[in-house]
Amino acid sequence: MADTVKSKVISIIAEQAALDISDVKPEASLEDLGIDSLALVESIFSIEETFDITVPFNANNPEESEFDISSVSSIIKAVEGLVAAQAA
Amino acid sequence: MKRVVITGQGTINALGRNVPETLDAMREGRSGIGPLEFRDVERLSIRIGGQVRDFVPEKEFNRQQIALYDRFTQFTLIAAKEALEQSGISFEGELAARSGVVLGTAGGGVNTWDENYRTVYEDGKNRVHPFVVPKLMNNAAASHVSITYNLQGPSYTVATACASSNHAMGQAFNMIRSGMVPAMVTGGSESMLCFGGVKAWEGLRVMSRDACRPFSANRNGMVQGEGAAVFVFEELEHAQARGADILAEVVGFAMSSDAADIVMPSKRGAAKAISGAVRDAGVNPEEIGYINAHGTGTAANDKTECAAVAEVFGRHADRLMISSTKSMHGHLIGGTGAVELLACVMALQEGVIAPTIGYEEPDPECSLDVVPNVAREAKVDVVLSNAFAFGGLNAVLALRKFP
Repeated sequence: MADTVKSKVISIIAEQAALDISDVKPEASLEDLGIDSLALVESIFSIEETFDITVPFNANNPEESEFDISSVSSIIKAVEGLVAAQAA
Repeated sequence: MKRVVITGQGTINALGRNVPETLDAMREGRSGIGPLEFRDVERLSIRIGGQVRDFVPEKEFNRQQIALYDRFTQFTLIAAKEALEQSGISFEGELAARSGVVLGTAGGGVNTWDENYRTVYEDGKNRVHPFVVPKLMNNAAASHVSITYNLQGPSYTVATACASSNHAMGQAFNMIRSGMVPAMVTGGSESMLCFGGVKAWEGLRVMSRDACRPFSANRNGMVQGEGAAVFVFEELEHAQARGADILAEVVGFAMSSDAADIVMPSKRGAAKAISGAVRDAGVNPEEIGYINAHGTGTAANDKTECAAVAEVFGRHADRLMISSTKSMHGHLIGGTGAVELLACVMALQEGVIAPTIGYEEPDPECSLDVVPNVAREAKVDVVLSNAFAFGGLNAVLALRKFP
C-alpha cells in the first residue's frame, strides 16, 4: 500500500506543480516546487478524492493543522496515516 | 459638485431585525453567530454562521410575493422599508423619474438555485416553478425595490464579491455628487446560507469551524453571515429642503484593482483604495478617526489590511481605531459593506465605536488598535469603510459627521 500512496501523492503534486514526477523529491517543500496557496488547496482536494479520505486542513493556520504539509514526504506520511486509519 | 447625505437606513441581519436592534448588539459586543440550521447541514464540515434566525417569510410577505422573492430579495425589501420610512422620502413626479436603486450582491438568489437544483437533480423531477429565473437573478432585489417605491431612474446591481455593497454605494454617491440623480436607494444583500452555498465556501478551506476572530493571533478563518442593509443617499440641498434628518455625509469613495491574484489580497491594491478614498474626501489622513475594517478573520486578509493601513497612515495608524464587526454578524459577502456602514454611521452619530469581538491574542502583524471585545466611546469626525474582494477588487467609502 505504502508505495501506491507515495506514487499517487507524488503524481498529484507533480501535476499541480507542472513538473515531471522525477523532479518531485520527497525532501522538497511545496514552496520549493512552486505550489502556491490555491494549488495547495487543489492538491488536498485531489488527495481526498483519490483516497476517499477527509484531510484536516485549514488554509488559515497550515502549521497548526494535524496534516503536516512541510514537505512532500510529510504529506505522504500524513496521507498514509489517514488511509490506514480509515482501513482500521 | 453636489454634497451627498444619508437620510435613512435599514437592515436585517444576524444581530437584529432592524437598525436599533443591530446597533444595540454592536454596542454590547454581542455575537449573532451560531449553529447553522437548514437541510443537510450535517453533511457540512462548517456548521456555524450568522444566520437570520426564526425568520418566517409568511409573516412579512403574501403568497404571491414569496413566489417571486428569494430570501436575498426579502431581506432587501425589509431593510428598504425601514430606510425609506426613516428618510420620509416619497418618490413621486420628477424625483421618482430621476432617482434609482443600486444594490450589491455576490450570489443573488442562491437559495433559489439550490432548491431548484435539488428538484431536478436530487428529486429527479422534470419541472420547476415558472418564476425561478426572475427569482434568482442578481438584479431581482434592485428591481423589486424599484417597483415597490416607484424608482424610475438608473437602477442596477453590482456584483464584485465581498466588495459588492461598497461598489454599489460608491456608485450611488458619485451619481448624486455629479448631479445625475437627486437621490438613490443603495446598499446590498446576501443569502447563501444553504447547503450548496456553504459547501462551495468549505472547499476553499478558509472558513472557521468555531468563531470569527479578526486580527487575533489565533484566528482561523471567516464565518459567513446573511442579511441586508439599505440606505437612502440624497443630495444635501434636496434633503434640507424637505426638512429631512441627516444621519451622516458621504464624502469620498475610491476603487482599485490588485491585478494580481484571484484570491490572495495585495497590500498595494488595498492601500491604493484607502488613500484614494481619503484624497477623494478632501481630508487629511490624520482626520480619519475610525476604520470599519474588511477584517474577515482569515490569516491573509487581516495582516494585509493592517499593513495597508500602516502604509497609508504612517504614525497616525497607531492612533486611529479599526474594528471588524464581521466578528459579530459574520461575513455577508456581497451585502457586508452595507451592514458595516451602519457601524460607521453609529461612530459618527453616537460616538460609539463597535468592537472586534472574539479577540484573544495579539498578533504582531496586526498591531493596530482593533477596539478589542468592548465597544468604546470616542468622538470621531471622519471614518472609512473598507471592502476588499476576491478577484482583487477594492472599494473604500469615507463618511463625515453632519453637521
